[in-house]
Order: sequence, then C-alpha cells, then structure tokens
Amino acid sequence: MRIDLKRGQRGRSMARALTGSIAAIALALACSIGSVRALADEAPAAAAAESTATAAAATPAAPTEPTVVGFDKINSGDTAWMLTSSALVLMMTIPGLALFYGGMVRKKNVLATLMQSFVITCLVTILWWLVGYSLAFTPGSTPYLGGFGHSLMNGVVYMHDAMKLSVSHLGTTIPETVYAMFQLTFAIITPALICGSFAERMKFSAMLWFMGLWLLLVYCPIAHWVWEPSGWLSVKGVLDFAGGTVVHINAGIAGLAAALMLGKRQGLGKESMAPHNLTLTVIGASLLWVGWFGFNAGSAVAADGRAGMAFAATQIATAAAALAWMFTEWAIKGKPSVLGIASGAVAGLVAITPASGYVGPDAAVIIGLAAGVICYVSSTSVKKAFGYDDSLDAFGVHCIGGIVGALLTGALVSKDISGLDGSVLTQLWGVGSTLIYGFIMSMLILKLVDVVIGLRVTADQEREGLDISQHGESIE
Amino acid sequence: MKLITAIIKPFKLDDVRVALTALGVSGMSVSEIKGFGRQRGHTELYRGAEYTVDFVPKSRLEVAVRAELVEPVIDAIVAAAKTGKVGDGKIFITELERVIRIRTGETDLSAL
Repeated sequence: MRIDLKRGQRGRSMARALTGSIAAIALALACSIGSVRALADEAPAAAAAESTATAAAATPAAPTEPTVVGFDKINSGDTAWMLTSSALVLMMTIPGLALFYGGMVRKKNVLATLMQSFVITCLVTILWWLVGYSLAFTPGSTPYLGGFGHSLMNGVVYMHDAMKLSVSHLGTTIPETVYAMFQLTFAIITPALICGSFAERMKFSAMLWFMGLWLLLVYCPIAHWVWEPSGWLSVKGVLDFAGGTVVHINAGIAGLAAALMLGKRQGLGKESMAPHNLTLTVIGASLLWVGWFGFNAGSAVAADGRAGMAFAATQIATAAAALAWMFTEWAIKGKPSVLGIASGAVAGLVAITPASGYVGPDAAVIIGLAAGVICYVSSTSVKKAFGYDDSLDAFGVHCIGGIVGALLTGALVSKDISGLDGSVLTQLWGVGSTLIYGFIMSMLILKLVDVVIGLRVTADQEREGLDISQHGESIE
Repeated sequence: MKLITAIIKPFKLDDVRVALTALGVSGMSVSEIKGFGRQRGHTELYRGAEYTVDFVPKSRLEVAVRAELVEPVIDAIVAAAKTGKVGDGKIFITELERVIRIRTGETDLSAL
C-alpha cells in the first residue's frame, strides 16, 4: 500500500517535471520565431540606417541598439573591470545571499533556503539567454518592453577572423557578452532577494514557477523602463545608477506580495523562530558587501573616475548605515546585536545603490544614516504593527531602503559628478510605478501559481521542515 | 550500589572530573543538556522579535559507585562544582539494581 502510494507520488512529480520541460521548449520555440521575424525586419532597417549614416558621416551618432564594431573599439581596462564586476555580483547571490538568508532560518530549513538562491541562479541564467536579455536591454517597439530580436542571444557575436564583435549601446567599450553577463547577475539576485519574504513555507515547485514568470513579466519590463534609453522612465529622467528601483524596490514589493499571499508561518509569535546560525549570516552579509562593489562601481560600465566615486560612496554609506542601525538598536533595546549591524550594512548598501555614481561622500553619509534608522524601524516596529510575516525582511530592508535611496538620490544628486539633473518628484515616478506594477503583477502571478499548483507546503511538511519535505535531505 | 546523577554548570565539568578521578572513580558518562530550576533563562532579540529562552545549557554527569563511595563522591562534586550563585545544579542519588559489563559478562561490584 505504502509502496503504491510512493509510486503514485513519483508518477505525479515526473508528470510535473515533464510539463515543465514542455513549457520551456514551447517558450524557446516562440522566442526563436520572434527572432526570425526580427531578422526579416532587419534588412530594410539596415538599408535605412546606411542612408542616414552617410548623411551624418561627419559626426557618427551614439548607437541606440547593440552594434558590431572592430576589436580596436574595445577598452581592455573597462573589460577587465566588468568581467571582475560580473563575477563579484554573482558571488553576492551564491554564496553571499544564500548564506545571509540561510543563517537566519531554523535548522530544518537551511538547505531549502540555500537551494532557492542556487536554483534561481541556474533558472534565471537560462531564461536570460532565452529571452530575458533581449526583453530588458534592447530597444523594442514600445517604451514598455524590449524587443525579441536578441532572443537566444541572437546577434551577440565575437568574430575572430573579421576582428569584429558586438557591443551593447549601453556599454560601447566592452564586449556585449560581458555586458549581457553583467546584467544577468543583476537579474539573478533580484528574484533571489524575494526569497527572504516567504522563507520556511513555500513549495519548491511553486517557487520555481513564480520566479520564472516574475523574471519575464516583472523584472525584464522594469529593467527596460529604467535602464534602456528608450524605456519610458529613462526618458522621464528617473535616476537609478545601479538598481535601487529595478532591483531593490522591485524585489521588496514582490516580497510583500508573497508574504501577504502565503500568510504567516505556523507558530509565529508562539514558538521560537530564532536564526539557527548567525555566523553564516555575518559571512553572507560580508560577501554581499564585497560583491556590492561589482554591483555599484561596476554600474559605471567602465574602469573610470565614476566607478571610483561609486566605490567610495558605497563603502561610506554602508558603514554609516551599519553604525546607525547598531546605535539605534542599542539605544532602544539595550544591546548592539550582530544581526543588527549586518542588517544595517545591507540596508546601507541598498540605499546607496541608486545614488552611488551620482553623489559624493558627504551625501553618502546622509543616505547611509537615513537608511540605517528607517530600515531598523520598518523591519521591527512596522512589521509588528501590520502583522505580515516578511520572514527575513526582504520588504523591510530592500523595498524601504530602496525607496529611501531613490528619493534621496533625487534630492542629493551632484551635477558635477553625474552631469545630470534629478528631482525628488521625478524619482517618485520611478518609485510609484515600480511599486504599483510590481505589486499587482506579483500578486497576479502568485494567485495564478496558487490556483494551478498551490503556493504553500502542507502543514505537516512545514512542521517537518522544507529540507526533508522538499529535498529529502537534512544537515544533521 | 548507587547511581549518582549530577547536573552542573558546563564550565565546572573538568574540575569535577579531576576531583572524582582522584577519589578512584574509574568511569563516568557526560551529556550536554538544557533545563531550568531556580536559575532563569534569558531573552534573545532578533530584529525586534523577542524570544525568552527558558532552558539553560548544563552538563549531566552520571557515575555508578559502590555504597561506601557515595558520600565522598557527593562531597567532591559539591566542592568542585560550587560557585555559590544560583544555577550551580543538583545531585540525584538512585538505587542501582544490577550492573553488567558487556565485554566479560561480569556483574555488579566487579562490573563497576
């Protein structure tokens, strides 16, 4: 009887895996059809481009889409730094974020929590190659979404004999491969950040579906709005140097949606939900901090003075925020906690992200102090007052810290450093549209996944722990 | 034959072991346990979530001895484990019916 039951379960899970792979193949086919169509459109476009190019031969305009250039256009210093930055940002997710979150959950959910960051890294990489890069970072027919023309990394080329390669219009001195991989690491960490809000209770299969859909329907459009020059928020003049809006507000608000949709963990407020090993959390926070130099200084897409300024602003704001959180907690609760200073550092990193390449060190101190105090309040009192179970404070730290950073970027932007004008009002456009679109879309995706396969593990599975119930493993 | 079970502060374990070995006690078992008596636990605070931890870490020492060693062993444990502060622990004495050494099959006093 028991064996039959198991066989039945295995049959069901195999069927589920099969449906998953069929869906992936269908998506791949749809994308390749899209890219063929785009190729067909390219011929007349190229001819038109040629005629305008001859007219403006004296002053070649800056490219507005990825183009193919000679090897001599590539700057080796920029390329070296961007290769390094890409690896640093990948390190933020695995193992940085995985350990940061893994240490904060109970012992029965450690492996499942590490697994979330790891599997998201793999899943997003494939989706990015498939269609994500194209949707986010190439111009599309609307200001709301990129085109399908670069699906399957179509057009991302390196030709040894012709001594030519493609470059993105967003980073013309480095190979497009490097730019696409750099941006991939951002697309990886953003969904991984959401995991903090639904820790210890989400079904693994549901998480995979949610993350895949969320990347394509939420992350890619918003990245396109803010960062691709034809995106509507970019046209509006919203400033987001390294992803305060695209990454942190976006992940944080999706986290709030997930915490609301999934509901509280069993026994919250009655049993101890204390972190099982804060050593892992401190190692994770430290790896995040180090990796964040790739995130912020790397967002200069060059090894230049702006990268240096972003590096300095990042370090100073992080230190200020960590101390601000520590002293606030010390004053209010009587002890300066280790989890507190680590959380404060992450809050500072989040808040300086949109500002890092646009402000000087003095503004960085202000942003850091504000983020440390405000995120402390949002992760402790606000969460308690409203009663949602944002388990590891994805919303409290990332969304709130992101908003603090985005608004202060508008207020403190330095014309000398950025060469740009900003205003709090313009920044509100970025914050508001991300909050509204991100929240509604996240809720819809979660609802869809809930109806089709269910979001949450059963009460028994939750009690047993996700390590055993979802993965059949444990750490002891 | 008696079984002496002592709950003591973990950092006193080594002092107690030395004192008992000096008396000629030739074996003992130790386990790490948690519990509470008059000593209260503490509170822990994680991002505003406060947890009261009632159970305090202790060491539990078990020694089986012949009757005439019971009093010296009790005295030795008390002397070595006492700090005078709340939470020093307790000693329980129970009757032992039989003892068997698995390797040789010896029983009772010769198995101690």
